[in-house]
Amino acid sequence: MIWLTLLLVLLVLAALWASMTTALLRATLGLALTSALLAVFMFALGATLAAVVELSVCAGLISVVLVSVTTLTQPRSLKEEFEARKSRLRRFWPLPLVLLAAGVSLSFVRVPVNIVLRLPAGDGDVRTVLWSMRQLDLFGQILILLAGVFGVLILFRREAK
Amino acid sequence: MTIVIPQSFWLYFTFFALLLIDGLWCMLATRNLVRVLIGIEILMKSVTFFLIAAGFLTGRMALAQALVITVIVIEVVIVVVIAGVILGFFRRRDSLDVRNTRDMKG
Repeated sequence: MIWLTLLLVLLVLAALWASMTTALLRATLGLALTSALLAVFMFALGATLAAVVELSVCAGLISVVLVSVTTLTQPRSLKEEFEARKSRLRRFWPLPLVLLAAGVSLSFVRVPVNIVLRLPAGDGDVRTVLWSMRQLDLFGQILILLAGVFGVLILFRREAK
Repeated sequence: MTIVIPQSFWLYFTFFALLLIDGLWCMLATRNLVRVLIGIEILMKSVTFFLIAAGFLTGRMALAQALVITVIVIEVVIVVVIAGVILGFFRRRDSLDVRNTRDMKG
């Protein structure tokens, strides 16, 4: 349990680094690290299939997309960069303190309610659940993927002259 | 079937709340559009984390994994479409500042 708590602390620290660091490439790296640590957490809890998807898609593909966006947008001038850093520091310095205070206070809070969930019996293999019990989700995923493809096509459409 | 939530729920809930606060702060306090996207990603990570923790605590890991895979597919589509919107905005306005989006025609 101790190493799992340590893993979760590292997860939050990686996410904090991703949101606080000044360079966008470093922020992307922090996000990829967050995804990788989340995949380790999933693997530790026995969610191996979700861990593989998280590692390959979120830590891999999404990082590539974010790096591409960062490199396709021009950097600011040195003066603008300096001003932006000062302004960023003013807006972001309370974040670690807020997280620390929230973590300490929430670790002492124990709401005295006995939450009871009523769930249907039975829980098979993830492949059975995905392909036999949640077909509507798969249909929705296909629709969402198509919507994404058409969205990107419309965004990058060249206007007729 | 009835499941009583164990005490370790509060450990997972604490880290879920921390990730949620981090993502919200990153999204709301920044002025860079790419960082808004990174904030959305951190929020999605918190949701994914809580789904897996809930599946583990209730013994419904297969269902939780199926939901997480659905969330990841939606996450990828959101990231790709928003990345396209950011690139399109940058080409038109030569800026990534959120404040410049106020006068867009919609």
